[in-house]
Amino acid sequence: MNKELSSNIVRFFVLILIQVLIGNHINFLGYVNPYIYILFVTLFPVKNNRALFLFLSFLLGLTIDLFTDSGGVHAASCVFIAYVRPVILKFSFGMQYEHQTMRFNAVEFGSKLTYIALITLIHHLILFYLEIFSISKIILILQKTLFSGIFTILLCVLITIIFSRNTK
Amino acid sequence: MQQIINFIIRNKTFLLFLLLFSLSIVFTIQSHSYHKSKFINSANFLTGGVYNSINNLSEYFSLKSQNEILVEENNRLKSILYNSKNEKDNVLIDSTTYDAKYNVTTASIIKNSYSLTDNVLLINKGRNDSIKQDFGVVSSKGLIGITSETNNNYANVISILNTTSNISAQLKKTNHFGSLTWNGDSPEIVQLTDVEKIAPIVEGDTIITSGRSSIFPKGIPIGIVDNFKLDEAENYYEINVKLFNDMTNLEHVHIIKNNDIEEITNLLNSTNE
Repeated sequence: MNKELSSNIVRFFVLILIQVLIGNHINFLGYVNPYIYILFVTLFPVKNNRALFLFLSFLLGLTIDLFTDSGGVHAASCVFIAYVRPVILKFSFGMQYEHQTMRFNAVEFGSKLTYIALITLIHHLILFYLEIFSISKIILILQKTLFSGIFTILLCVLITIIFSRNTK
Repeated sequence: MQQIINFIIRNKTFLLFLLLFSLSIVFTIQSHSYHKSKFINSANFLTGGVYNSINNLSEYFSLKSQNEILVEENNRLKSILYNSKNEKDNVLIDSTTYDAKYNVTTASIIKNSYSLTDNVLLINKGRNDSIKQDFGVVSSKGLIGITSETNNNYANVISILNTTSNISAQLKKTNHFGSLTWNGDSPEIVQLTDVEKIAPIVEGDTIITSGRSSIFPKGIPIGIVDNFKLDEAENYYEINVKLFNDMTNLEHVHIIKNNDIEEITNLLNSTNE
């Protein structure tokens, strides 16, 4: 438990630093940036105190907002994915999640991909909708969601594969 | 009463979610209105410090291109100096004693941003360098933005690449003016709207600041006319302006302080009442 706690604290700060110092400045094709800090929300332990989890997600998003001067767009989308995470977990992992036996390091690749993709796309849709804040630019919102989403999903899957060596 | 408490305990996660979510929506809405992002801005000790220390390192990588920009500016200024016709002998001994209308301070941009729809930059000068809200920020090539939130050592700059930005600009050859806005599409093109239909515009015309806003002096270059069309009511032109500045590569900037701004705002307020 202690190890889990410390690794989550380290993950929180490292992901914020990576996001604001590298992630936000990639600007591939002018606007495509990965938002890998949501890995904190994705990989948070399944057995958790939900109120604390929601609050930490809010804090994570707000810190990113501080750095990017974007008001509360990251905070809103982080809190939202943290709230709907149980539903997505149930959808992608099914029985494994309901028996409370799953560990992210020891699940099938397919269901893990579904899980990360769903979380990322929901997060990005809310993020870009709030950032652009106009329904008449829905094409731009969807375009940004799609391209940044693909980038984020790729990076998140890669990072989870690279850092999951100590399994079983 | 018991029922209410039971309800709160049963739905505490949902209520917490609602609270946090609406709080972030409030921050978002505030950030979409001009000069209202009071709480969440990067001009504070923590974020400014992080960006400043990283910028100390990363500025070495752009030294060459920044030097070229500075040499280019020197070149332009020298050519103006050598070609000026009226030679003056009465050179002012100290420029600080001179009662200047505009004061200029140099600063470095330590956080640049151009891919969002509301871009805000961060510069390494703040209240300690007597930088306040609503000072103009320009680079050697042209307009950059207006300062908003200031901290002791850092200040936010609302870039012209911000959908809430609105700066008065005009044609260089005539005095027809309009307001400079951005539609969020390309970091190279901004829009000049509300220019009278009667204005003689051709592609390639230079657009400069108009000096009507009392933030910028008249004549700061902005860009050239890329293309233009009449708006839906066919009364005003909508002009796409290609910026002189490369907004993706900014380092050294100048902050312009108008010393008469208090006098002007007092006068405007007294006439409005």
